Amino acid sequence: MHVTLLAIDLALVIEKLILIAVIVTVSLLVAMYETYAERKIAAFIQDRRGPNRAGPFGILQPVADGLKLFMKEEIVPNLSNKFLFILGPGLAMLTAMMTSAVIPWSSHIELFGRTIHLQIADVNIGILYIFGVVSMGVYGVMIGGWASNNKFSLLAAIRGASQIISYELAMGISLIALLMLTQSLSLKTIVQQQQDGLYYVAYQPVGFLIFLICAFAECNRTPFDLSEAESELNFGYHQEYSSMKLGFYLFAEYVNMFISSAVMATLYFGGYDIPFVNDAAFGAHYGQNMLAILQGLSLFLKVVIFIFFFMWVRWTIPRFRYDQLMRLGWKGLIPLSLLNMLITGFIVLLRQYGWHFS
Amino acid sequence: MSVTHFLFWFLSIVAIFSAIMVVVSKNPVHSVLWLIMVFFTISGHYVLLNAQFLAIVNLIVYAGAIMVLFLFVIMLMNLNSDTEPQKNKWLKIAGVIGGGALLLVLVAALKNADTKNQIAQTGSGEIGLIHNLGIVLFRDYALPFEITSVLFLSALVGAIVIGKKE
Repeated sequence: MHVTLLAIDLALVIEKLILIAVIVTVSLLVAMYETYAERKIAAFIQDRRGPNRAGPFGILQPVADGLKLFMKEEIVPNLSNKFLFILGPGLAMLTAMMTSAVIPWSSHIELFGRTIHLQIADVNIGILYIFGVVSMGVYGVMIGGWASNNKFSLLAAIRGASQIISYELAMGISLIALLMLTQSLSLKTIVQQQQDGLYYVAYQPVGFLIFLICAFAECNRTPFDLSEAESELNFGYHQEYSSMKLGFYLFAEYVNMFISSAVMATLYFGGYDIPFVNDAAFGAHYGQNMLAILQGLSLFLKVVIFIFFFMWVRWTIPRFRYDQLMRLGWKGLIPLSLLNMLITGFIVLLRQYGWHFS
Repeated sequence: MSVTHFLFWFLSIVAIFSAIMVVVSKNPVHSVLWLIMVFFTISGHYVLLNAQFLAIVNLIVYAGAIMVLFLFVIMLMNLNSDTEPQKNKWLKIAGVIGGGALLLVLVAALKNADTKNQIAQTGSGEIGLIHNLGIVLFRDYALPFEITSVLFLSALVGAIVIGKKE
């Protein structure tokens, strides 16, 4: 009895390991092609052609980029803290990947007589887990910037970290408003609730907007990419990095973008629910496996739309000045999210008890 | 020895080792990083007790927020083993006496504690889950909870007042 937590049968372990391998691979592949999409979209917005030399339509460009990064010389600065210098990009990548563990990628498939849930871990603190991992993400930037032993890197790291912790607050408070409606922290339950009713974006438009803005800030994307600044900081917290360690930092940003898109789709846009289709009836008609695949694709489509939005904003809107960024975070978003939380709480109580306050 | 036992001992050893490294490390940044390690191992213990909420909140609040601020200040002041002024000998002795006194108090308080009959509910305890914790906090201990929040608020206001003073 006392080992129930870890008494897992072997088949489950194998199933989960395969699932983890698939999800990690897919995240990395998506991140790879995000770099390509970013260049193509930038080119489209600026009326250029974008990468078109490697392969048809430049489709092999990410491979060429990766190869270039791998082939470059590894340079570790002499006066840097070697262990932390290498740990930094590793941490950035690790925290970027870890969030994928609690996202339900689709419902479940039936294979070899087993019901396989397409989610690595359905813990009952799903959202808090994401929040915890996101708050760990600061360390990759901070440790990397500090260990480089370079003033500019350190300044950029401190900038990035203070930006991330400032926007984490508003993000957390906007999530509280959502949690009041869902009454559950499990992402799977939240998706199932949305399958039956409206998507939560309809109930929480302000909360979603705040979450979206904070997601931009957490991913260090324009207009919040203050920790990378060629003109004031030479480059940013990864100034001293070269080769694949630099690649990890740049890549982690794209993985983060993918994962946060998935989180937003899950929380506010119904996750793997196929819009305008009664999923249960569809499953009964065409079989569960078919349904699961289509649901996975549906989530993927939502994620792609969000990723496109990320890029669209990056190539449209100029960045903030640092004091504007802090003012928006502390004086704009946090009071707004607090207000949103209070109003949501009030309405939830009103619907439960009517006007009887006792 | 079951997996839970093994994990318990592993986490405990790592926790104690990291805690010692916090004190022993010459470089303040390393101390902070070891302290983060301690928080992770303690969260691991919470998970073993099925207190998932406590585990993750411990990580969010301590490792994710407070330690970032610690790291922040230390990095901003660029403290390291070269620039940090060497402590006065008397200060060291005072520290040893203070720490020793705390140890004495803790040992005295826990000496007569009933440890034989208290069995940890590994993996089966429900009290750490968010639902039960919420009920306990907001129904049975509502007043202490609110007083604590007022305390935090006053600390917040105090920090801003001190920060604003020229």
